[in-house]
Amino acid sequence: MSAADNALSVVQEAPVQPAASVIKRRWWLGAALPLSLALGWELAVLFGLAEGRLLPTPSRILATLWSLSEGGELAVHIGATLSRVAAGFFIGALVALGIGAVAGYSRTIRAVIDPSIQGLRAIPSLAWVPLFILWLGIFEASKITLIAVGVFFPVYLGVSAAVLSVDRKIVEVGRIFRLSGRKLVTRILIPAILPNVVVALRTGLGLGWMFVVAAEIMGASQGLGYLLVDGQQLGKPEQILSAILVFALIGKLTDGLIVALSTPFLRWQDHYEAHH
Amino acid sequence: MLELHHLSKTYANGTAALRQFNLSIQPGEAVAIVGGSGCGKSTLLRLISGLEQASSGSVVLNGETISAPHPEVGLVFQEPRLLPWLSVADNIGFGLDQLPKAERQTRVQEALARVGLAGQGNKWPRELSGGMAQRVALARALVSRPGVLLLDEPFSALDALTRSDLQDHLVELWQGSRPTLILVTHDIEEALVIADRVIVLRPKPGRLEAVIDISLSRPRIRDAEDFETVKRQLRAALEVSLQQTPQERVS
Repeated sequence: MSAADNALSVVQEAPVQPAASVIKRRWWLGAALPLSLALGWELAVLFGLAEGRLLPTPSRILATLWSLSEGGELAVHIGATLSRVAAGFFIGALVALGIGAVAGYSRTIRAVIDPSIQGLRAIPSLAWVPLFILWLGIFEASKITLIAVGVFFPVYLGVSAAVLSVDRKIVEVGRIFRLSGRKLVTRILIPAILPNVVVALRTGLGLGWMFVVAAEIMGASQGLGYLLVDGQQLGKPEQILSAILVFALIGKLTDGLIVALSTPFLRWQDHYEAHH
Repeated sequence: MLELHHLSKTYANGTAALRQFNLSIQPGEAVAIVGGSGCGKSTLLRLISGLEQASSGSVVLNGETISAPHPEVGLVFQEPRLLPWLSVADNIGFGLDQLPKAERQTRVQEALARVGLAGQGNKWPRELSGGMAQRVALARALVSRPGVLLLDEPFSALDALTRSDLQDHLVELWQGSRPTLILVTHDIEEALVIADRVIVLRPKPGRLEAVIDISLSRPRIRDAEDFETVKRQLRAALEVSLQQTPQERVS
């Protein structure tokens, strides 16, 4: 190989630079709209242009949040809701990970269980509520079961599809290096499906938050959902909006937690930085 | 010594990919297998690598029948097939589990240097160009020092310049550690640059058409006159292999 050849091949093989990380964070562009709407409403009510009884001003919502949290009441409600979501999510996600992985891995098992699961999935999950209450009573068990069912389906779907779509060519690399069944799973299959599993878990968690509201509206003496119902019955829209705000905040935080926990394992991904 | 005895492969869908194929390859020999599409050349490599089982016949390496991937046999695929979640260094060391960490690292660094990628071990596969990725794949196959190196159209996805560069590089690597080398390719020039012996297959089902010994001295110059002469000879043999015999036309 001559020097000229060498120089040419260096040019030829210049690595592709990852395109991300240069993008400026422009969060304020996205914040401008809601902030100016909130400010506009605040001023409109302040100057008597609008009444603001059914749609309370931001300052009243913040004041409500402050008074709720002052007595430790808000913390109790958040704790109740959070523990329901956590319990339901862990049960639902764990079962779905196991069954989804097996259904993706084995054609026979998939043929046996997948049609039934798809059939159950077609039932709107809230339709189970009366049955769960009959079976499990009106307290925690039926609520957690409902959340677990809501979490189960998207996680099952995502995990089984992820295992199914693992590239046969990459599995062959494992076979060439004579990996045994267990090592093939830990060194090839699990890393290969991880990105899709994280997406499935995030979707599942979102469903979990959705179902905890349904469960708490059904009847609860504690929880953010209880604050919603209570606010409706007592005609306190500022309490409803406070609860909604807290839902949004905690939902975002728990989603961010999954992302943060998985990021170290997904650094290798092509476009990971671009998404987050 | 690698011996293929009456090797046949018929796939589950009825396609006869290979029929009654016999070949002996000396240790350290470089053999190229060429032929048109459907001649069973990739199947042949998959049988030797143990990724697939022959329908009948056997693959024997130094007296031992191969029926599953073997530690003495390395394989480079058409695509690099690097594991995207491992760094370049970890990809190369992927098959070296059984070695202690320190030795594994030394071996990996050696292999990186041998394929001209010293100091690039910390990169992710996605940061590599096609040529660099295939070099890493080559290093991964060579790092365990296999007695037999199989290559399945390893450079066909690369641009012409990178391709000829890597062909020369492969010859250097082969001359260094002298594994038995079996290269499957549809590129006549590639076969002539690398091989001591070229096997021409006839398609559907794959069987032996011709064996051409290449006595050109190394390093081989691609536009030298004697190179061109052998190239014409090989092309003629390949064209014959693609013509149907009267019986085939009848059936």
